[in-house]
Amino acid sequence: MSSIEERVKKIVAEQLGVKEEEVKPEASFVEDLGADSLDTVELVMALEEEFETEIPDEEAEKITTVQLAIDYIKENLG
Amino acid sequence: MVGPLGSTLDENWTAVLAGTSGVAPIETFDVSAFSTRFAATVKDFDPSPYMPAKEARKMDMFLQYGMVAGIQAMQDSDLEVSDEDASRIGACIGSGMGGIQAIENNAMLIAEKGPRRVSPFFVPGAIINMVAGNLSIKYGMKGPNLSTTTACTTGTHAIGLGLRTIQYGDADVMVCGGAEMVTTPVGLGGFCAARALSTRNDDPQAASRPWDTDRDGFVLGEGAGVLVLEEYERAKARGAKIYAELTGFGMSGDAHHMTSPPEDGAGAGLSMQNALGDAGLAADGIQYINAHGTSTPLGDKAEIEAVRSVFGAAAEKLAVSSTKSMTGHLLGAAGAIEAIFSVQAIRDQVAPPTINLDNPEEGCDDINLVPQEAQRMDIDAVLSNSFGFGGTNGSLIFRRA
Repeated sequence: MSSIEERVKKIVAEQLGVKEEEVKPEASFVEDLGADSLDTVELVMALEEEFETEIPDEEAEKITTVQLAIDYIKENLG
Repeated sequence: MVGPLGSTLDENWTAVLAGTSGVAPIETFDVSAFSTRFAATVKDFDPSPYMPAKEARKMDMFLQYGMVAGIQAMQDSDLEVSDEDASRIGACIGSGMGGIQAIENNAMLIAEKGPRRVSPFFVPGAIINMVAGNLSIKYGMKGPNLSTTTACTTGTHAIGLGLRTIQYGDADVMVCGGAEMVTTPVGLGGFCAARALSTRNDDPQAASRPWDTDRDGFVLGEGAGVLVLEEYERAKARGAKIYAELTGFGMSGDAHHMTSPPEDGAGAGLSMQNALGDAGLAADGIQYINAHGTSTPLGDKAEIEAVRSVFGAAAEKLAVSSTKSMTGHLLGAAGAIEAIFSVQAIRDQVAPPTINLDNPEEGCDDINLVPQEAQRMDIDAVLSNSFGFGGTNGSLIFRRA
């Protein structure tokens, strides 16, 4: 089983069409990885699907970087 | 052009001149319960030379076809969109049904997993005007950005309205056409239910047979056609490759029935008459008609009646063919690819054939329907027809430039 970090990075790379090595923890989806507002909505949906959870909209809005996504998943699923 | 005979104009045109059928059994979903189990689908389509996979994923197939055709047209035109003239360059590209596959997929997703699973790209990835929208974003075209939806006349109307937009002075260049992809369970099911499609499942390549006595309905096609219309003096001044001049556009409504034309094809006739008037041409000025000719029992005959009434004695000298015998019926993209075939006919001085025309129906057999093989001929002007559900008609006239 891959770690949460690896799974998050893989999804981000797939959803945003970037290479996995570009998906650094501090990378911002919008500023560093070229996402627009719709991309980020879809990205959160993909995370929900992968981790079989629901991320409320007000929480989803705060997830703007790779690390924040990893943290959220760890806190809420750990 | 993206079509059942290839993903470029050259592939499609070469195959059409050779009389090749693009019809085949449907393999993309289980069709065993459908009364028609074949179509003229696009094969081996690969958008990756034109757009990143990430972009393609957000677009329904009709949008991908439209974008690829649009990019090909822009590349072929050598058109530069500069800051000074961006506002004078627009687009008008339609679709008959739009992103039906995306609608279907998302409806099933809601039923299965609830509304939270609907993609944020569903709406922009499915709505009809997004070929024009996405192309304008890609090239910075800030002129009129339009889309038509008039069933099977969509592509013809898009080109005609592009022409009017330029003639009226709202733009100098309009990128025009149509895109369609409804080879999905709901799309196929709908046309099956309307009894519009051929059910010749044992011999799909012979199913599209306009004017033949054994025709039994049209064959669903898919793809996209886009061409660049440019004001003549502007095109000449920049040394553009000018394929033909679009000189006439006519429209009409049948005011008759949802899906059937009147037997005398009066609406079709009025559309052709209006196009001739717009072009300032007498009936004997046309040498070739790229017919709507879908291979339906009523429609094919009505169109010939209309041709006879408009062209009178001149009808005897006309060549009239239906490229749908090879491409199937691309619905909202049909008028667009057929306008391009019409232009190619002028360029190469050849009328493409009507294949599968073994026994022309009585009453149609005194007209040259270009059976089976392409015919070399002098072509100065071509008329291209489209007629759609709702009784919506359109005709375009192209002339040698």
